[in-house]
Amino acid sequence: MIPEIGHLALIIALCVALVQAIVPLAGASLGIQRWVNLAVPSALAQLLFVAISYACLTWAFLAHDFSVLYVAQNSNSELPLIYRISGVWGSHEGSLLLWALVLAGWAGAVAVFTPSVPRVMRARVLGVLGLVCVGFLLFIIITSNPFERLLPAAPEGSDLNPLLQDIGLAIHPPMLYLGYVGFSVAFAFAIAALISGQVDSAWARWARPWTNIAWMFLTLGIALGSWWAYYELGWGGWWFWDPVENASFMPWLIGTALMHSLAITEKRGTFKAWTALLAIFAFALSLLGTFLVRSGVLTSVHAFATDPERGVFILGFLVVVVGGSLALYAWRAPLLKSAAKTELLSRDGALLLNNVFLAVVTAAILLGTLYPIAIDAMGGKISVGPPYFNLMFFALTAPLGVLIGIGMLLRWKSDSIARLRGKLWLPAVLAVVGGFGLSLVQPQWHFAAAAGLVMALWIALTAGLALYDRVRGRALGSALRSTPAGFYGMLLGHVGVAVFIVGVTLTSLYTVERDLRMAPGDTYSVAGYEFTFRGVRQYDIHNYTATRGGFSVRSESGNYNIDLFPEKRIYRVQKMPMTEAAIDAGLTRDLFIALGEPLDSAGTWAVRVYYKPFIRWIWLGALIMGIGGIVAASDRRYRRLVRSRAGDAAANEAAS
Amino acid sequence: MTPARKKRLALVVLMVAGVSVGVSFALQSLNQNIMFFKTPSEVRAGEAPADRLFRVGGMVVAGSVSRPGDGLTVQFDLTDNEEQVTVKYTGILPDLFREGQGIIANGRLDARGDFVAEEVLAKHDENYMPPELAEMHKAREAQQ
Amino acid sequence: MNRFIMPLVIFALMVGLLGYGLSLDPKKVPSPLIDKAAPAFSLAMLDAPQKQLSTADMMGQVWVLNVWASWCVSCRDEHEVITRLARENLVAVIGLNYKDDPGEAERWLRQFGNPYATSVIDRDGRVGIDWGVYGVPETFVIGADGAIKYKHIGPVTNESLEAEVLPVIRELLS
Repeated sequence: MIPEIGHLALIIALCVALVQAIVPLAGASLGIQRWVNLAVPSALAQLLFVAISYACLTWAFLAHDFSVLYVAQNSNSELPLIYRISGVWGSHEGSLLLWALVLAGWAGAVAVFTPSVPRVMRARVLGVLGLVCVGFLLFIIITSNPFERLLPAAPEGSDLNPLLQDIGLAIHPPMLYLGYVGFSVAFAFAIAALISGQVDSAWARWARPWTNIAWMFLTLGIALGSWWAYYELGWGGWWFWDPVENASFMPWLIGTALMHSLAITEKRGTFKAWTALLAIFAFALSLLGTFLVRSGVLTSVHAFATDPERGVFILGFLVVVVGGSLALYAWRAPLLKSAAKTELLSRDGALLLNNVFLAVVTAAILLGTLYPIAIDAMGGKISVGPPYFNLMFFALTAPLGVLIGIGMLLRWKSDSIARLRGKLWLPAVLAVVGGFGLSLVQPQWHFAAAAGLVMALWIALTAGLALYDRVRGRALGSALRSTPAGFYGMLLGHVGVAVFIVGVTLTSLYTVERDLRMAPGDTYSVAGYEFTFRGVRQYDIHNYTATRGGFSVRSESGNYNIDLFPEKRIYRVQKMPMTEAAIDAGLTRDLFIALGEPLDSAGTWAVRVYYKPFIRWIWLGALIMGIGGIVAASDRRYRRLVRSRAGDAAANEAAS
Repeated sequence: MTPARKKRLALVVLMVAGVSVGVSFALQSLNQNIMFFKTPSEVRAGEAPADRLFRVGGMVVAGSVSRPGDGLTVQFDLTDNEEQVTVKYTGILPDLFREGQGIIANGRLDARGDFVAEEVLAKHDENYMPPELAEMHKAREAQQ
Repeated sequence: MNRFIMPLVIFALMVGLLGYGLSLDPKKVPSPLIDKAAPAFSLAMLDAPQKQLSTADMMGQVWVLNVWASWCVSCRDEHEVITRLARENLVAVIGLNYKDDPGEAERWLRQFGNPYATSVIDRDGRVGIDWGVYGVPETFVIGADGAIKYKHIGPVTNESLEAEVLPVIRELLS
């Protein structure tokens, strides 16, 4: 019965979404106030029904209702509670329902937290979000119903994919979706503004906190995915330029560009059309990612079970949503006029350059991701190797790193080279000297190490200088307090980039990887640590059997000792082997051991031993960036707008 | 031309030049990093590139996996149900590497015509058939 | 024509490419085995290992060969559809238990239900190779003349059962 309620709730949600999509948009265009007023209640009602539907599916997982096909396929009576909750989004149908829930959640948040946005504008935003909801709910109901019954019920479920039985991956998809789908809000704001012709500073200010929060979730989601791949796939890598990874990274890059472009549009009233276009692209790339992952056009290590019919639907949806938006853009954007001219040597100019670089990086990644399909069209089978992506990414983001430092100290509108030279020579010299100095104490000197460290120091020092500039000559406490949160968010975001650069540079250059053949009692020395293998033992744990290896690790100086226990698991239901690496994590290095396979009957194993310096800094950097995003979104000037009534919006606008 | 126009023209020329340099750079790099996909039959027919990395995909022949020597080198045969190629790999095989399963290996041919893999990939799906292989197989069947 | 239309043009090109990518469905190309005699086999039955079933026994009737294994996850998705096909009682559905452990296979059938008239054991996958099987599951329809009339790669879905498999069977029976 409960699954039927869930299905019914989904259908009601679709009907409500239709109302939410059509009535407020029509009301806004025709000037019918009562229709406009329907936007908020319909968005909330839609959230309610999607939430009911989602709760029903969760209930089916919790209650082991194996008469629901999706539960029978993705759960098992021995599956621990937490993975029954996360199992809801463990496969295609349920993860789409989570998509829909997140989308409805964002729409509900827009309905509640935007009292300052004029009603007509808000109605249009919610209407556009309603349209997107309609598409997704139709997709679920037509091609991917998670409530489909399996009669007679299966006596036992076939278990959740063992790869997903992990805490990192349990929270990775919701984070990622919060980010992906969050861009739909910026998108809806852009479409609403294009319809009304009102792309201006006030619009940018409404859209900014939403974009920041979505970006924060996406940043954390991608970082979690990378962290998960690092310890769970047993390969010790953290990024593979896999199509699925690219699918999440492209919206992130464009989202980053959008955050910066919104800053210019808010402050200076320029780049309006470009900002609107970026908002469309950020969401379009999120949808493209969904398409690539679920349609089977690209092969990937972790693509979903694919189905061409679903591919056709998403492609159709993509055409309607993105094609429609771009047509609207082509029609309305020529009417948008910039309020001011842009000097290249100004913060506006630096932000513009930042946008150009980010857009070009995205285009290069898109090219590499879709190129195999293009070649396929000509009858060849290829894949694009990671060196291409690495080269494009680093060649194009290196100038961006230099630019970050300059951009933070540039003035809006226009600036002078002389002033800039006076400011920047000191951090430049310090960064070069410090970066080279630090690269000399590394185990081996590489130019790339020096370059990476110089870049990271440069960004960190200029961020410090930007803060110093802000408080200089004033009482420290009050100066720090009066500095807006947006400024701190910006600093944190950039410091996060610096930390990330340190991590990437040192990990890529100084990782030591050894695949070893080890018999019990063997000792190998890797990167200053002695690893002793003590043999394996078998354990039976709830839904899997584990072969656990014992290793003693001791530093050569003898003052650091630890035991590590990597596992090889066989999940009983799916007979699927899984490598569970043992990691001794540290701020300056990780020690990573994974069991390969048994090599003989005497207990000899193939063992993978890694020494990974500074790898944590990669995710730490992403975490700091994410915190920066949320700090910036908490800026008082957005909250002031939230507290004020619609009528005051214009006054606030003028005041700041 | 007014100075403003001149400046604008210079900017446009600069941008066009920058973009074209960037695009050619990107395409060149793309071409250098493409890995062609070949089946064992194509490798046997001498269609594999000699001087660069490529991918070969097929099913691991049952009973062909052996570990010569006492290092980590493993050797196995890969088939597309027509021809076989011997693959040598030093390192740890992926979890889902099994006899009778479809895998993809990146690497190049050695002087003896054996494929020396730098990386062996098995998808995390028991029913995985590398789609490239599935399609090649089909195309060849259609020609017959 | 204005420059603001460029994004739309580029997008249209990309959609064309993606649409083409979708059309590259490897499951659509017919097998060379179609309308050729089904490769002969004589294999032990899973439910009665002392007895053998051979292709000759099936001569003169339309039948379905479904390749499955207990380690195959999509077979579980397909199981419900195969059960539906068997319940239609149109033709005998024979399972080819491919590269599987017989004990595991029997447990699998007990757990999910056994739709097959019988399953034969292809432990080492030799018969599978003769039949051109390269992934599990696969489904063949064999005519009364002993020739393969239809081959489906990957799990049969409710849609493909209705649209492809059943029409082929009905035509052969009529």
